[in-house]
Amino acid sequence: MSPDKLVYMANQIGRFFVTQGQEKAAAGTADHIRKFWEPRMRTAIIAHLKAGGAGLDPVVRLALERLPEAKPEAGRQQAPPQ
Amino acid sequence: MSLVQEPTTRTLVREIDYGTPRSKAEKTVTLSIDGRQISVPEGTSIMRAAMEAGIEIPKLCATDMLEAFGSCRLCLVEIEGRAGTPASCTTPVADGMVVHTKSERLDRIRKGVMELYVSDHPVDTLDRAKHPDVDLLATAAAVGLEDVRYGFDGARHRNPGIDESNPYFSFDPAKCIVCSRCVRACEEVQGTFALTVSGRGFDSIIAAGMDEKFIESECVSCGACVQACPTGSLIEKAVIEQGKPEWSEVTTCGYCGVGCAFKAEMRGDQVVRMVPYKDGKANRGHSCVKGRFAWGYANHKERILKPMLREKITEPWREVSWEEAIARVASEFKRIQAKYGRSSIGAITSSRCTDEETFLVQKLVRAAFGNNNVDTCARVCHSPTGYGLSTTFGTSAGTQDFDSVEHTDVAIVMGANPTDAHPVFASRLKKRLRQGAKLIVIDPRRIDLVRSPHIEAAYHLPILPGTNVAILTALAHVIVTEGLIKEQFVRERCEWDAFQDWAAFVAEERNSPEAVAKATGVPAEDIRGAARLYATGGNGAIYYGLGVTEHSQGSTAVMALANLAMATGNVGRPGVGVNPMRGQNNVQGSCDMGSFPHEFSGYRHIANDAVRAMFEAAWGKTLDNEPGLRINNMLDAACDGSFKALYIQGEDILQSDPNTHHVAAGLAAMECVVSQDLFLNETANYAHVFLPGSTFLEKDGTYINAERRIQLVRKVVEPKAGYADWEITCLISEAMGYPMRYNHPSEIMDEIARLTPTFAGVSFKRIEELGSIQWPCNEKAPEGTPVMHMNGFVRGKGRFMVTEYIATDEKVGPRYPLLLTTGRILSQYNVGAQTRRTANVVWHEEDRLEIHPHDAEERGIRDGDWVKLASRAGETTLRARITERVAPGVIYTTFHHPNTQANVVTTDYADWATSCPEYKVTAVQVSPSNGPTEWQEQYNELVRKSRRVAATVEAAE
Repeated sequence: MSPDKLVYMANQIGRFFVTQGQEKAAAGTADHIRKFWEPRMRTAIIAHLKAGGAGLDPVVRLALERLPEAKPEAGRQQAPPQ
Repeated sequence: MSLVQEPTTRTLVREIDYGTPRSKAEKTVTLSIDGRQISVPEGTSIMRAAMEAGIEIPKLCATDMLEAFGSCRLCLVEIEGRAGTPASCTTPVADGMVVHTKSERLDRIRKGVMELYVSDHPVDTLDRAKHPDVDLLATAAAVGLEDVRYGFDGARHRNPGIDESNPYFSFDPAKCIVCSRCVRACEEVQGTFALTVSGRGFDSIIAAGMDEKFIESECVSCGACVQACPTGSLIEKAVIEQGKPEWSEVTTCGYCGVGCAFKAEMRGDQVVRMVPYKDGKANRGHSCVKGRFAWGYANHKERILKPMLREKITEPWREVSWEEAIARVASEFKRIQAKYGRSSIGAITSSRCTDEETFLVQKLVRAAFGNNNVDTCARVCHSPTGYGLSTTFGTSAGTQDFDSVEHTDVAIVMGANPTDAHPVFASRLKKRLRQGAKLIVIDPRRIDLVRSPHIEAAYHLPILPGTNVAILTALAHVIVTEGLIKEQFVRERCEWDAFQDWAAFVAEERNSPEAVAKATGVPAEDIRGAARLYATGGNGAIYYGLGVTEHSQGSTAVMALANLAMATGNVGRPGVGVNPMRGQNNVQGSCDMGSFPHEFSGYRHIANDAVRAMFEAAWGKTLDNEPGLRINNMLDAACDGSFKALYIQGEDILQSDPNTHHVAAGLAAMECVVSQDLFLNETANYAHVFLPGSTFLEKDGTYINAERRIQLVRKVVEPKAGYADWEITCLISEAMGYPMRYNHPSEIMDEIARLTPTFAGVSFKRIEELGSIQWPCNEKAPEGTPVMHMNGFVRGKGRFMVTEYIATDEKVGPRYPLLLTTGRILSQYNVGAQTRRTANVVWHEEDRLEIHPHDAEERGIRDGDWVKLASRAGETTLRARITERVAPGVIYTTFHHPNTQANVVTTDYADWATSCPEYKVTAVQVSPSNGPTEWQEQYNELVRKSRRVAATVEAAE
């Protein structure tokens, strides 16, 4: 999937949550992406993040770093929150 | 496969006409009618009281859909202690009253009245066998008329001739007795005021508009007048052509989210007419032109009745057997999964199909495909409603029933055009407005509700497209800063901390009406006035449509509406609430049934282990716990090469989804597209397999309307192509190695009820008993839930959300200086696949571009000129209509016709939370044009080629 589109979508999500303060916004954005993004979308944006993450808003970077896919031992064992 | 039992008795469903409407009084009075003691609510007419006791008083001008009028003088009765013979329809009951409905004197008067009516009627005898089409003779016989002393050749009333201008009904003035039931139906039931009585006395006659033909008048062809006519003067042309119906079944309309109940009236296996069912709790006996008349598509010659295949989309179609078609689908899906992985295929459920059919498609995906790549057209309409209302209230559902509007004092209608898109609800709203309720319209266009006969909005806030969140936050600003909060409600029912955060945010000066006036284009004083009216005007109800959801901030705007309702205490009782106007007949149901890629039926996330375990146990399969792809993600993934096959049930994504070029590219990149539909729709141009579907007349099942009301759809015709849509899904699943076996859709609903707590009490039998059920329906609410959040929100405490306005990135500039917004009109429905194949095209044969005279003049465009409409995404041509309904800078069109393809110009921008496309804001330029664009020419060629069906060669013996 095109990183540009995913970056745009992730930033859009971040911009809704950012009014709640940095910590809540990162948590809210991460939760949203885990709940609604299909794994290949998450994998693609994490790859983009690891490649420098051009274009990602700061709060979105924080959020993405919390996704299980971003961890070194990334796998699908960890289910998203309910 | 179908073991559906034929109805044992095929008779006409007859509804009792009580003559006058039900009284809502709580006090009862007792009277005597023909020696029987009868107790009825105060305010009931004698006519109704008698009928409720089974005593039928003859009548012509009275019917229980309309207020009593007292003109026909047939329903006269005698009341002890009162002089004369009062009309029973206009005389209310009183305690101790003694009424006689039969006497020699009454007999004589009634015969005398009937004699006069008949003497002016186009008959030469009272013999009903000689005039089977003259309904008045039945009434004459009922009052015992045996002779007409004046003869049959006296003077007749004025008769300008039969008006056959309407495609669906005709008006024969000769049979008219000027009882004015049609005039009153047009006023009281429909609220259009198109009919009147012209002339006086013997010269009087019913007239449409200013003595025009029906088709030329402001008549909207709802048919209420036809239904009201007691003499057959106004009558469906189908009844004249096919004869009177012989049997009927009650069913549910397959058009919009209002969910009107109809009697499908049949003759043999042919539908003669659809008559709105008075016990239908959504429509209360009313309908619009689509539901009542526009069902002819079911028999249209372009319907595909045989499965078809082709290797490549450039080849002509080849008709094949069901076995071959299903085997191809299964083998292709299996081949593709083996080659590209389990997640390379998916499906789209239909908001036009039944709950049971939708449930099976998502079951097919989750259990047989082994992934969660399922989505539905709600993605592109009301997905933000799901997200926004779940976040604030705790569940994705409108809060009220339609009856609630009868208790509303102030209605906000935002981004919805009910008179066109939800006409029967609009009629009910207009009735309430005529009784004195106030209206606030928030819409870029001056929709009909802003000002129409006997209706005028207190405020019309004509916002610039894309500024919904700004104006809603400004309304909240006024409510908070002027101290109009219902603090007790908020303290008791909502999260107080979240409220305080929200209140502090909206109170900021940058959110004041004065600060947002420029961005929204609405004067600050109007915003203040509207906020005060909503907060202090009594019961405040919000009704909203896709003008709220189809934006980059769609979900935020839904939350902003929920915030307003909570802040003013307008949730949890009749007359208030937050009500999404659902577009398609079963868009609510398709969402409820688990059509979204992240959740099971009843809105439970697929990562919830307990819920998933329940489904795994029931379905005997391990299910994926990761969310699947949404429609737009599927198309992106297809362009990237990781998504290769799609099963589409009853959905035309090529025409209905935004940025047609992108949709086309995604579909073209797939190796197997399966389209299941009635017609070769636009999406089918890219399909490899076509499976012919069935109409709502051809199957059993349920639909769920915008009020969460579950209603039965009943089969009246056998599936023309052999199978109901749910059976086709079962065939595919079986061929893929996962048999799903059901004898009847009721068994599917039983499974839904077992697996979905909010449907636990639902079954076909229970729906039949109750007429309809609004979910949640379970132990706590065994008869369903008309109004939600009565004793607290579903999520516990209501949650205020901060709604920061973020302008869309789709911006006007020198190249694209105008804002395009899209919508629909009354006579056409969605992509038009059905309505374009009916006589409804007489009202709307093409999409038109509405443009303000100022913008038109600047560009040298005259009314009716061909113009080119161009955006960053694409361009198309259509004809202009110059109108002040749109503001300068804003233009509008519909998306009903594939040769316009309005979605060629709409963009990829979408709601931040749900990816619902931003249909309502596109920056465009409009310029004079000579003819179709290159895209339109290429597309027409593609359509021509892709609809070819190879000549069938008969196999040699």
